[in-house]
Amino acid sequence: MSVAAPPRPKRRRRMRRIEPTALLGVMSRDATIFTRYWKTTTFSSVVDPTIYLLAFGFGFGALVSSVNGLDYKEYIGTGIVATAVLFSSAFPAMYGTFIKYRFQRTYDAFLAAPVDVDEIATSEILWIGLRAGVYGNAPLLVAIAFGLSPKWTALLVPIVCFVTGAGFAAFGVAIAAIAGSIDNFNYVQSGLLTPLFLIAGTFFPIDGLPDAIQAIAQVNPLYHCVQLVRDLVVMGIDPLPDLGHLAFLIAFGVAMWRLAIWRLRVRLID
Amino acid sequence: MGMSGAGEEHGVAIALRGVVKRFGALTAVAGLDLEVPSGICLGLLGPNGAGKSTTMRMLTSQTIPTEGAIEVLGYQLPESSKQARAEMGVVPQLDNLDVELTCRQILTVFARLYRVPKGDRAAAVRRALEIANLVDRADTRVDLLSGGMRRRLLIARGLVHRPRLVLLDEPTVGLDPQVRQELWSLIDNLRSEGTTVLMSTHYIEEAERLADTVAVMSRGRIVTQGRPAELVLEHAGREAHEVYGSPARLAELREQAAREGWVTRRSGPALAILHAERHNGGLPDGERRAATLEDAFVTLTGEEIE
Repeated sequence: MSVAAPPRPKRRRRMRRIEPTALLGVMSRDATIFTRYWKTTTFSSVVDPTIYLLAFGFGFGALVSSVNGLDYKEYIGTGIVATAVLFSSAFPAMYGTFIKYRFQRTYDAFLAAPVDVDEIATSEILWIGLRAGVYGNAPLLVAIAFGLSPKWTALLVPIVCFVTGAGFAAFGVAIAAIAGSIDNFNYVQSGLLTPLFLIAGTFFPIDGLPDAIQAIAQVNPLYHCVQLVRDLVVMGIDPLPDLGHLAFLIAFGVAMWRLAIWRLRVRLID
Repeated sequence: MGMSGAGEEHGVAIALRGVVKRFGALTAVAGLDLEVPSGICLGLLGPNGAGKSTTMRMLTSQTIPTEGAIEVLGYQLPESSKQARAEMGVVPQLDNLDVELTCRQILTVFARLYRVPKGDRAAAVRRALEIANLVDRADTRVDLLSGGMRRRLLIARGLVHRPRLVLLDEPTVGLDPQVRQELWSLIDNLRSEGTTVLMSTHYIEEAERLADTVAVMSRGRIVTQGRPAELVLEHAGREAHEVYGSPARLAELREQAAREGWVTRRSGPALAILHAERHNGGLPDGERRAATLEDAFVTLTGEEIE
């Protein structure tokens, strides 16, 4: 069978690698589904930090009245913002992405429409980042209800939560794409996320820890998130170190975003 | 509808040239040449494992060919695949609907993904619901729909932006006969509106019923292509002569056929001698019937039909 080679086409508007319409379309799907879950999500993201505050604030608070010059409840109320961000980003991204490509084949449906892997990954990351940007503030609001009085710079906390949350969402998307099975998530959770969560300066300062662990904390995005939030809410901005923390969080986010796109493409396109 | 690619002016919706796809040691598509003219329904007919689904996935660049060139609606793939996908609709073999959304919600998300302008989306969704006969179920969640309704919604999702080209991958696999009839009339309507359709199927009846042109695929290649009636005439003749008998008798007959150069196929409990009209006498006692596309298909692919 001979097939004549058609001439090159006249192109209409060339589509960009990442198009806002595609991002909004994928996110509108997530948002529509979220309208069914927002109550349970909101419940747990408010109740969890309340319990932490009560347990640690009143439990530990009885033993230690202040840490680094902060009232322990202020210390922990600002610290668990990072915890809330982690739990509302890395885990939903890991499980959500895995379920969508493996069991529901949602991404196959998108890829048959004018949506590329870059756009799928970016949409998921932005959407989860936005959610983390909202829910990350819950511990702060609870702490305020318990008497913390924030500085006006606390209004910037949602941005920090978004940047950190988007980074961990991208991390979660990449892990889901790499993991052949959902059981492998246990390695990531116990081997990586739990240690990061504990050496972030959330519950206790890292200065007292061995040097090696302090060095790890320096590359822990949660540590930078905790420091930044604490400065914005109670300590006051310390420009140079705080710009450093923000720069680290942005770099982490960008690196994870590229990793997520790369791994998701390997997973979805053959 | 916007400007069309140049391929459209030449009346070619899809062109594959020398396409090869290897997965490690496995060659799924082994040098495929296929052209789908605009405005027809082309049935890609082949047994399971012939490479049909791999071919369909290559047309959306979800699978990238190892060798060869693919053009869809005048766009080169994979570079301009996204533009091509914006102008075509895809109905996958496996149901990948979001079970937690309603029909209307799914169609709205896809209307947006297919770049239907905001002001036209509601009308596009309504029209798609009408095509799929799901107006009454517009606000029903997918997990509460029957299998046939889900399949109709899957088709509606691929039509929400009025594509010029529709890819249907095994559209009625696993459905009961009544639902299959419903889908066939839906596909018929598409074709009569002038939409180009490429449909893969392993059901001969489906290809015969819907396709203007059938391309028979076997072991990763197109083995022949033509109108169903032409293919029957060329590869099975006008009549088949069916001879019934014991297995031993049929084995003996098969040997005789090989000696005489008769074209035969197993046909249930009988052996069918094809091109029977060429034999004036000389054939053992049996029953004459019209040759079918199935006869041609079996001859071409060597696949027996259960």
